[in-house]
Amino acid sequence: MKKVKTAQELKSLQEEIKNSRDPEKPCITICAGTGCLTYGSQKLVDNFRSEIEKQNLKGKVEVRASGCHGFCERGPLVVINPQNIFYQRVGLDDAEEIIKETVLNGQIIDRLLYVDPVTQEKILHEDEIPFYKRQMRLVFGMNGNIDPNSLEDYLAIGGYNALIKVLNGMEPEAIIEEIKTAGLRGRGGGGFSMGLKWEATRKAPGLPKYIICNADEGDPGAYMDRSLLEGNPYSILEGMLIGAYAIGSDTGYIYVRNEYPLAVKNITIAVEKARELGILGKDILGSGFDFDVLIVRGGGAFVCGEETALIASIEGRSGEPRAKYVFPSERGLYNKPTNINNVETWANVPLIINKGAEWYRSIGTENSKGTKIFALVGKINNTGLVEVPMGITLREIVYDIGGGIPKGRKFKAVQVGGPSGGCIPESHLDLQVDFDALSKVGSMMGSGGMIVMDDRTCMVDVALYFLKFLEEESCGKCTPCREGVHQMRLILERITEGNGKEEDLKTIEWMGKAIIDGSLCGLGGTAPNPVLSTLRYFRDEYEAHIKEKRCPAGVCKALITYTIDPELCTGCMVCAKICPVEAATGEKKEVHTIDQDKCIKCGACFESCKFDAVKVS
Amino acid sequence: MAEMVSLTIDGLKIHAPAGTTILEAATDANIYIPHLCSNEELAPYGACRLCMVEITQGERARLVASCIFEVADGLEVKTNTERVLNVRRLVIELLLARNNKHPALRKIADELGVKETRFPIEQKGCILCGQCVRTCREVVGVSAIGFSGRGITRKVATPFMESPPDCIACGSCVYVCPVQFIPMKEENGVRTIMKYDYPMQKCRKCGQYFAPKKQLEYFSKITNLPLEHFETCVDCR
Amino acid sequence: MKTRVKKIIDKYHNDKGFLVPILQDVQKEYNYLNREALNLVSAFLEVPISQLYELGTFYKAFSLKPRGRHEMKLCTGTACHVRGVPLMKDNIERILQIQAGETTPDLEFTFETVNCLGACALGPILVVDGEYHGNLSISKTNRILKKLGKKVKIDEES
Repeated sequence: MKKVKTAQELKSLQEEIKNSRDPEKPCITICAGTGCLTYGSQKLVDNFRSEIEKQNLKGKVEVRASGCHGFCERGPLVVINPQNIFYQRVGLDDAEEIIKETVLNGQIIDRLLYVDPVTQEKILHEDEIPFYKRQMRLVFGMNGNIDPNSLEDYLAIGGYNALIKVLNGMEPEAIIEEIKTAGLRGRGGGGFSMGLKWEATRKAPGLPKYIICNADEGDPGAYMDRSLLEGNPYSILEGMLIGAYAIGSDTGYIYVRNEYPLAVKNITIAVEKARELGILGKDILGSGFDFDVLIVRGGGAFVCGEETALIASIEGRSGEPRAKYVFPSERGLYNKPTNINNVETWANVPLIINKGAEWYRSIGTENSKGTKIFALVGKINNTGLVEVPMGITLREIVYDIGGGIPKGRKFKAVQVGGPSGGCIPESHLDLQVDFDALSKVGSMMGSGGMIVMDDRTCMVDVALYFLKFLEEESCGKCTPCREGVHQMRLILERITEGNGKEEDLKTIEWMGKAIIDGSLCGLGGTAPNPVLSTLRYFRDEYEAHIKEKRCPAGVCKALITYTIDPELCTGCMVCAKICPVEAATGEKKEVHTIDQDKCIKCGACFESCKFDAVKVS
Repeated sequence: MAEMVSLTIDGLKIHAPAGTTILEAATDANIYIPHLCSNEELAPYGACRLCMVEITQGERARLVASCIFEVADGLEVKTNTERVLNVRRLVIELLLARNNKHPALRKIADELGVKETRFPIEQKGCILCGQCVRTCREVVGVSAIGFSGRGITRKVATPFMESPPDCIACGSCVYVCPVQFIPMKEENGVRTIMKYDYPMQKCRKCGQYFAPKKQLEYFSKITNLPLEHFETCVDCR
Repeated sequence: MKTRVKKIIDKYHNDKGFLVPILQDVQKEYNYLNREALNLVSAFLEVPISQLYELGTFYKAFSLKPRGRHEMKLCTGTACHVRGVPLMKDNIERILQIQAGETTPDLEFTFETVNCLGACALGPILVVDGEYHGNLSISKTNRILKKLGKKVKIDEES
């Protein structure tokens, strides 16, 4: 690509690309986000491409491998434009048929359509599917329209308009004011006003100033940042460019999790292409503004999502946080003023600049503006990424968008906000989701993981899971987090093993408060949340484990036994074949039994029995 | 002269130079705040969390580590609220689980009315205040030891858990340890720290062993003076 | 080895700020953080070896011991957890006779858990030598391990 030297040149290039594209030209978009790739969608892309060659359709039909569309549950996903036909669970060998039938002949392939599980109706278009219909995909929606490795694609949908607007005479102060007015709050956990952070960094004495994009998305069960980086890296760069210009920074860092190879690859390509085009580097678009971006891969430590630990990591040290009595905006990376925001927050910036703060403010609730992307996962029918306006109820997310709980089981709780968040019970399903409402019920927005749990999820086990996670991820610097979480884990473990004592719950509650008050950083300062929130809403489950030595959900190994229901057993011998310790035995066509002394509770028989004859109690 | 600020600690009006920490200001005013990882020779660290105090600035009350938080005009500090004491009690109980014998820890526990820890005693000895590691890095300047692992598996460690190549055997780590966890002895011209041996240098004049050879080599290296220059003890110079 | 390590460091312009990525590249080159290479990094960048050891043991991505020929990474993210991954973890540990985070003595397998691979719709997930296996079950882990040469009882029909 030729370097563009002025905003005008970039605008012309954009127009040129737009005009060269025929909106009526058939385009097959295949989702190639990590979820769909896991289903094998790369093969599908290849098959489409070779089929196009074979049928001499090159130049006549476009094939685009896009980023994540969000509906991971139904992958691999294929969208055919201009008709916006949505195919799901597409087989890897379906390429030929789709081109022949749908693209060339306009015939719909029935079996690839999405069937509404409630009405049993087949749905043709992407935007009519309930999963998408209730969403507001302002930030995430563009993923489906671009090939993440194509800067032209981004320009074709109006990319870098916000940058052009900013460099065409918006004063840095005015930009900051716009972001402040918009009410954009950090999407990474704390929920701090992005505009105020920018302002503090701009005003802080000292040069150079740094900006950092925090892409160390460590919350287990949250992957919206990865999907944005993978699917639309240019929008993040655009947000960072605008931020850097407003703050007065010439160097930016993107700190990205090394466990996300595709995100690393796509953002690296995006940076290289932006440099080639001249929108990163010296004297960007002739404005005199210099800015470049470095990509740093993380080393695999959850704590590095914490701002000061992330800075330590970029400086080449282990990810130990320091007290934030002086904010990074004053003393951050290499002790210089530094602004850190997470991926999703940066991706909101171009939107606000393009459409204006007032428009942005009109979405959401009083103190939480705009949309939020949630990762809806766990025991839910429609697993995927959903972008919704702030203020939507949990019930709408879980039932209308998520399609409810699989196998008709009963909803028990939704865990929001990652390891620092909390479990929200059914009685709060009508809660209007925003920063404040979530804190009020003992949870938090965090980075937006939403893990749905049903009646077969043990809440004590879930609390223990998070404690184990945090124990492993604690950096070990301060006592309450390092030792406190460890000791709390030991207590919870004892409870799940049936050795809990009545006073344990009191101890846990006391410890929880002191750990929150005493810890150095946000990791320890929120570590007890999953325990305290489950204790608040599901105390009876804890008590069942302690007093009755019983796990009501049938999860805690020490408290369950596997037995075979003689009424249901057909003597098919599957359990006997699969049992690794020969505890399940029986003759063919006779009722089998499980020898409790031998059983190691591995769960293999339970999983493999086709007649639901193996029971957990 | 630094600018002076005025604040109150436990209701007492105090003047302190800007830039000092609450802990320093309190200590100067003879107000006791327990602490284990803070050391005036080292950069503020804030790891043990014993020195937490409650501050009020404007309307909000919150807990901060007094060894890091700097004094400010109008700051109200309380060193003994129930919230503060709860954190300290938890911290000391947690530390007692690592080491329930050392008098320094027992003393703090007594002050807080903690008789015994309710947690299982793991008796690891080291309380991970990090003073040894930080002294080696910040004061001595050799970074011979560091931490290994993270979270509960964190340890003070020599590289690869072997004799540390950069150690100059100065013994500073031993002196700063608040619970005397790092053993050191000297016998027949050999200093042993942890389990590693370092030969001592005999004074060229009086013939007494007076310093580890590696330490003298280090002095020679950083000052660019010949080694012989350092091979005489202070008394004979 | 000297030139190989130097090449990695040069890629990052001798910048100590890129210590973590430098060590990642060293690990990629040698399959683990080989001691001799670490000493070279320490000498080239004038970083104390204690700091490199600290990094090598702090970050989960690093290994100071040689890794196995087959790398198995089991996602233990929350979504996978509630879908029963602990049972599969126990099963793999039982068959390989190592704990997660370890390598078998014959250097055939390294088995690790990772916090979240962000492919929650397909959970539980096991990545074997870079290949994703979604919707994991106990019997699926059995079949995967059998394919890789372990003696495992499997139910042929399923």
